[in-house]
Amino acid sequence: MRITRIAALTAASIALGSAARAQETVAITGGTIYPVSGPKIANATIILSDGVITAIGTNVPIPANARRIDATGKWITPGLVSPVTSLGVVEIGAVRDTRDANARGTNNVAASFRVWDSFNPASTGLAVTRQDGGVTTVGVMPSGGMVAGLGAVFDLREGATADGMLRKAPVAMVATLDNAAAAGAGARAEALAKMRTLFRDAREFNLRRARYDAAAMHELSATRADLDAMQLVLKGTIPLVLAVDRASEILNAIALGKEFGIRIVITGGAEAWMVASQLAAAKVPVMTGAENNIPTSFAELGQRQENLGLLRAAGVTVAIVGNGAGGEEGFNVRNLRYEAGNAVAYGMSWDDALKAITLAPAEILGIADRVGSLAIGKAANVVIWSGDPFEYATQPERVFVGGKDTHVMTRQDQLTARYRTLPVKY
Amino acid sequence: MKPSLVLMCAFAGALQAQTPGAAPAAAKPGLPPGIGAVALPNADPFPSTYHAPASKAVLITNATLLTAAGPQIDHGYILLRDGKIVSVGGGTPPSAADAEVVDANGRFVTPGLIDTHSHLGVYAAPGGEALSDGNEATAPTTARVWAEHSVWPQDPQFPRDLAGGVTTLQVLPGSANLIGGRSVVLKVVPSVSVQGMKFPGAKYGLKMACGENPKRVYASRGPSTRMGNVAGYRAAWIQAESYRRRWDKWIADKSGDPPQRDLELETLAEVLRGNILVHNHCYRADEMMQMIDISHEFGYRIRSFHHGVEAYKLADVMARDSISGSLWSDWGGFKMEAIDGIRGNLALVHNAGARAIVHSDDPSGSQRLNQDASKARAAGLAIGIAIDDATLVKWITINPAWALDLHDRIGSLEVGKNADVVLWSGNPFSVYTRADRVFIDGATRYDRTDPKQQWRTDFELGYVPAPSAVSGGRR
Repeated sequence: MRITRIAALTAASIALGSAARAQETVAITGGTIYPVSGPKIANATIILSDGVITAIGTNVPIPANARRIDATGKWITPGLVSPVTSLGVVEIGAVRDTRDANARGTNNVAASFRVWDSFNPASTGLAVTRQDGGVTTVGVMPSGGMVAGLGAVFDLREGATADGMLRKAPVAMVATLDNAAAAGAGARAEALAKMRTLFRDAREFNLRRARYDAAAMHELSATRADLDAMQLVLKGTIPLVLAVDRASEILNAIALGKEFGIRIVITGGAEAWMVASQLAAAKVPVMTGAENNIPTSFAELGQRQENLGLLRAAGVTVAIVGNGAGGEEGFNVRNLRYEAGNAVAYGMSWDDALKAITLAPAEILGIADRVGSLAIGKAANVVIWSGDPFEYATQPERVFVGGKDTHVMTRQDQLTARYRTLPVKY
Repeated sequence: MKPSLVLMCAFAGALQAQTPGAAPAAAKPGLPPGIGAVALPNADPFPSTYHAPASKAVLITNATLLTAAGPQIDHGYILLRDGKIVSVGGGTPPSAADAEVVDANGRFVTPGLIDTHSHLGVYAAPGGEALSDGNEATAPTTARVWAEHSVWPQDPQFPRDLAGGVTTLQVLPGSANLIGGRSVVLKVVPSVSVQGMKFPGAKYGLKMACGENPKRVYASRGPSTRMGNVAGYRAAWIQAESYRRRWDKWIADKSGDPPQRDLELETLAEVLRGNILVHNHCYRADEMMQMIDISHEFGYRIRSFHHGVEAYKLADVMARDSISGSLWSDWGGFKMEAIDGIRGNLALVHNAGARAIVHSDDPSGSQRLNQDASKARAAGLAIGIAIDDATLVKWITINPAWALDLHDRIGSLEVGKNADVVLWSGNPFSVYTRADRVFIDGATRYDRTDPKQQWRTDFELGYVPAPSAVSGGRR
């Protein structure tokens, strides 16, 4: 279909982040550091300065101006990375006016929808996620339709504007292959056909923009803006994140990736373990959880908690997204670390589980050069834990984002303080 | 996809005993529900057919016991025989030549876990309209419906719950309605019929629901407001009390034809007689206070508030009125009436002297009640409330047993109680721990090392790969 000119989406990714530099230098000493990109380091020191990591190791000189934090007995990890959330774009799921994750789109396609444009830095969920969960970086992804739109990554920096928190956008195009109704189709194969048509049309549009603008082309299946946005996927700038559960549809997703030479990332992936070798061979990563073993639908009959461990054992890159009780609703993006713990209980190695909530999602979202591991030059997103971060008894004691460990009284903290002694005195 | 959170939530309450023919007395806080009048015309038309299978005695030795009836016992033992706990303690185990001896090697043993809030069977997997049987959302009060008539025993969620150490479930209708219908208490065991799962002698519960759900579901026909909700509860109880008096009079004098039976009012009258326990889905503290007043007005007791994300705001009142709180560790924020959810809720309710219960309302969460309790305990510690393992285990065992009025039979490791027992791979409050073996009435119902002791529902055959048949093993 033809549409008058719309401001085209800029093709280049917007690399932002670390807008507000912390001036302070911090030396965290005595703890055990889990850099993720390398083996753990006992009795180690890490220096954070100007928002980045400037030194890490066992024999690190401490700058004279550094604020020292004794982390003896503590565990130190990168800030956790939760790749698929609706933080900042959904405040209260059941309150319509606070939901900004679903675009209406055209013909079930909203490829040009930039979900981050309405990210709300004042959302109460952000501090809860950071302070209760040790999560410092989140993917904010759109949902709905066949092609939901473009997602972004935010650092959970306190007191910043949306631009000041934005790390990178866009990082992914989000879509589904396993939900015919969402695609406006009557069958999975029809949804797949719509998807293939969309990619073919997007390619053709790009080859013949002048003819398109002269209205000399046959009708295409999406709007000009959406066809333009799809170029990001066709050029390989960002991956196509596909929500797919059934094993056969995962194979269709892999084939789609090969047909158009695009990068595919599977999210959901209930039955991914059944096609683990094919996923590994195609180098298609999977984002899934560890707290669901229920055949919740006919597309998820093979759902099991060993999924992550089995995928990893087959050589698949995996990142954890919550699928447990209360999952990503409301405040519970903070529970990412317990998903990792459950993954370990069901066969994944501890090191792999930590990687699956730090470096692996950072790699999938194209931000691993800056976050997801502890190394010189990386963003100073660091968590000091009272113990094993996967355990319920453990708390994140300090959470640094961009070198600052701002701790605020969350709305929940304020309610707790108010009602700590009953009857309440307002 | 998951069933919608917003409709599945429940609420429970205790009942005021009533003498037939007597006017309802004001509720007396602190009194347990009484033995009600003889229920007529038929209190048990769908009787339990459950029988524990014969099983060899089992002696678990060298165990760390969390009994829910006292302090932790290290190097303890427990002897299960003929479906009962016959000996439990520390020191030298009794000789039991007839018993299978299991060396726990320090592993933990707890009572079987109890979930007061489940929709297994009524919202069965794999879901969809065909299996959506939890809300009779055709009228705002449907006390006439019974959850057991919707339970599909082949729901594949049952065996998964069992593998999480859950041995007893209360299955409730959903929360679309002001009064949703009767709950049913089930043992988590395979059976052709729901009757074969029903806990013998367990009281029924009545599901009531406050707040957003009913007023949203019935917005176009009413109730469409919270005040409309309250008018609806009161109108139902007024009818129920009239019905109860008519029937109790007839029971006393048997004069003339009996009154016409009414399924709706029969259930509500049984609540007023104290024979059915009220479980009340309610999020907000102010609404819980309204429901408490309604219970006083009509002379019934609320046994448990379910979900109660604001229970911490009136935990003192709950303690005073002996109302338990069936709660989550950390759900909140997903709808307006849930925005004040805090992680300290369970600990604060416990600290105020009310019974804290970890419930699920979720087929995945139900498999991890122990983990949810652990999470809630950590939140308590963060605000200065320390809770040891021996106390914490009560939140998932004896306290929910009390909410179901089954605390004399299950919920703790004490001599004479049903042998519902879980042997864990480690401390049950660690994220890494799994149930190794689950006993119900002394019979092994789940064994993590033995695929033959891993119940597969009919549905799973040919649809769901057998965990033992694929790499990675076990469920």
